[in-house]
Amino acid sequence: MKRLSIEQLLGLDKFAVDDDEAHIVLDKTICASCQPKPCTYACPAGLYTVKDGEICFDYAGCLECGTCRVVCPQASAAISWKYPRGGFGVSFRYG
Amino acid sequence: MAEEKFDAIIVGAGPAGSTAAYLLAQEGLDVLLIEKGTTPGSKNVSGGRMYAHALNRIIPNFWDEAPVERPVTREIITFLNGEQSVSLDCHDVNWGKPPYHSFTVLRTEFDAWLASKAEDAGAVLACAIRVDEVLKENGKVTGIRAGEDEMLADVVIAADGANSITAQQAGLSKVFTAHQVATGVKQVIELPPETISQRFQVDGNHGAAQLFVGDCTKGMQGGGFLYTNKSSLSLGLVVSTAELQRCQIKMSEILEEFKESPHLAPLIEGGQAAEYSAHLIPEAGLGMIPQLYGDGILVAGDAAGLVLNLGYIVRGMDFAVASGEAAAKTVIVAKARSDFSRQGLAAYQGFLKESFVLRDLEAYRNAPRFQENHRLFNEYPRLATGLVSKLFTVDGTPPVHLLAKVLGQIKENRISLWQLAVDSWKGAKNL
Repeated sequence: MKRLSIEQLLGLDKFAVDDDEAHIVLDKTICASCQPKPCTYACPAGLYTVKDGEICFDYAGCLECGTCRVVCPQASAAISWKYPRGGFGVSFRYG
Repeated sequence: MAEEKFDAIIVGAGPAGSTAAYLLAQEGLDVLLIEKGTTPGSKNVSGGRMYAHALNRIIPNFWDEAPVERPVTREIITFLNGEQSVSLDCHDVNWGKPPYHSFTVLRTEFDAWLASKAEDAGAVLACAIRVDEVLKENGKVTGIRAGEDEMLADVVIAADGANSITAQQAGLSKVFTAHQVATGVKQVIELPPETISQRFQVDGNHGAAQLFVGDCTKGMQGGGFLYTNKSSLSLGLVVSTAELQRCQIKMSEILEEFKESPHLAPLIEGGQAAEYSAHLIPEAGLGMIPQLYGDGILVAGDAAGLVLNLGYIVRGMDFAVASGEAAAKTVIVAKARSDFSRQGLAAYQGFLKESFVLRDLEAYRNAPRFQENHRLFNEYPRLATGLVSKLFTVDGTPPVHLLAKVLGQIKENRISLWQLAVDSWKGAKNL
C-alpha cells in the first residue's frame, strides 16, 4: 500500500467543523515557555505545529482522543480541552 | 431551565452507557441517554474485538441481531524484528460456534445497535448533545447542563469514555496521567471478504486477531493489532502515552512504516484505507480507577478506567458492558430504597466485584507494572525472532545444539540469564 501523509489520512475522515467555537484553546504564553512541546509529536493528527517559533494549533482535524491534554507538561493551564459542541467534530463511519 | 426529572441520566451511548440504559429502561425507569455524537458510536473507536460473554448474559444470542463483524477463531501473536518475525498461531474452530468467544466489531454500527436496544426498551436517546456541566446541590449530583438546558435526575451515570469530563466535573476523577493511558491509532483498510478469509486462513465468515510486539513501536512500550472485519481490516498501534511524551515519535508515521513491513505488507496488499482514528486507552488497571461512585453519580466503562491489557489479551468492551450492568443494578436497588446518596450507591462496588470486573482487575493488578519493562519490547522480541530463525537455518556451518543456540542468542542480545529468569517468573506470575 502507498504511504499516506497525515493530511491524506485525515482526508479519509468526516468532520463537521464548528466555525464558531474552538473546542481546544491554548494559552500560547505558557506554550512559548515550554521547551519539549510533546504535543507537536504526540498528537496523532499532527495538529500541533511550530511556526516562526510559535505553537500553532488547528482544531479542525481533531480526532478527539485527548492525547494532547495528557502529554502537556502544564495541561490544566496551557490547554483548555473540551469535546466539540454536539453535532460537531469528527464522525467516524467505522469506528 | 429545569424541565423534567429522570430517574437516571446516562452520559455516553457506548457499551457501558447503553447497557445501563437498556437494563434500567427494561425495569421501567425513566432514562435519558445522552450522546455527544450525531449518532451513537460516531465518536467511538476501539481496536476492534469484543469478548462475547458479558453481553450474552444480558442479551442472549445477541449475535443473531447485532452488527458484529466476524467471530474470532484464530489468535496470532507475532514478535517482530526487522526482517524476522516469529508467530504463535492458535486456531480453535470452537470459538466460531455459539456461544461465540469473541467478535470483531466496528463501533459506529455496533454502538448504534446497542443504543437502539436501549431505546426500544424505553430509554430516551438524545444525540448531538455535549454535556457541559454536572449540576450539584449541597454536594450531591442532581443532573447535567448542556448549553442552556438543564436536565435533572436522581442519579447520573458517567459513561463518557476515557476523557470523562462528567466524572472529572463531579470530582470523582482527575485527568489521567500519561503513565496511566496509551494512545491508539487505527486505520480501517477495505479488502474483499474472500481475500481476508484466504489471507488469514479462516473459514468463510470467521475472523482472526493478530497482536504484534517488537520494532513496530520502535522499542516503545506498546504493540500493534490487526483484526479482521467482514470486508475490512482494523490495523493499528498502541503506545504508552508517557513514551510518546518522551520519544518524539509520530504514531501516524510509524503506522505507515508498519504497513510497509515485510510481515504486514502482504496481508494488506491491495487494500484501500477508509478511515483513520485515534483513541486514548486507560491501561493502568486498578491503579487508575477513580472513585466509582459519589452522591448521585456512578462511573462506568472507560471513564472508570476499566480496561485490562495483558499483552496477549486486551479487554475493554466486556468490562464496559458488565460495569453498565452493575451500575443499572445499583440504581435499581437505590431506587427501591429512595437513597441515591454515596452510601446508597455503594453497592456498585459489590456488584462490580460480583461480576468479573473488579475480580479480574484485582487478579491482574500487577500486569500494568510488569509491562513497563522495556525488555519486553526490545530484547525479548529480538531474542525470540533471532533464536527461531537460527533453529530453521541450514547453511553448512558446524552443528550447534539447542542449548548452545539459546545461550548464544541470549548473549548476543546482551540479556543476563538472571534477568531473563526474573522476568519470566514475574511474567508467569502476573499475566
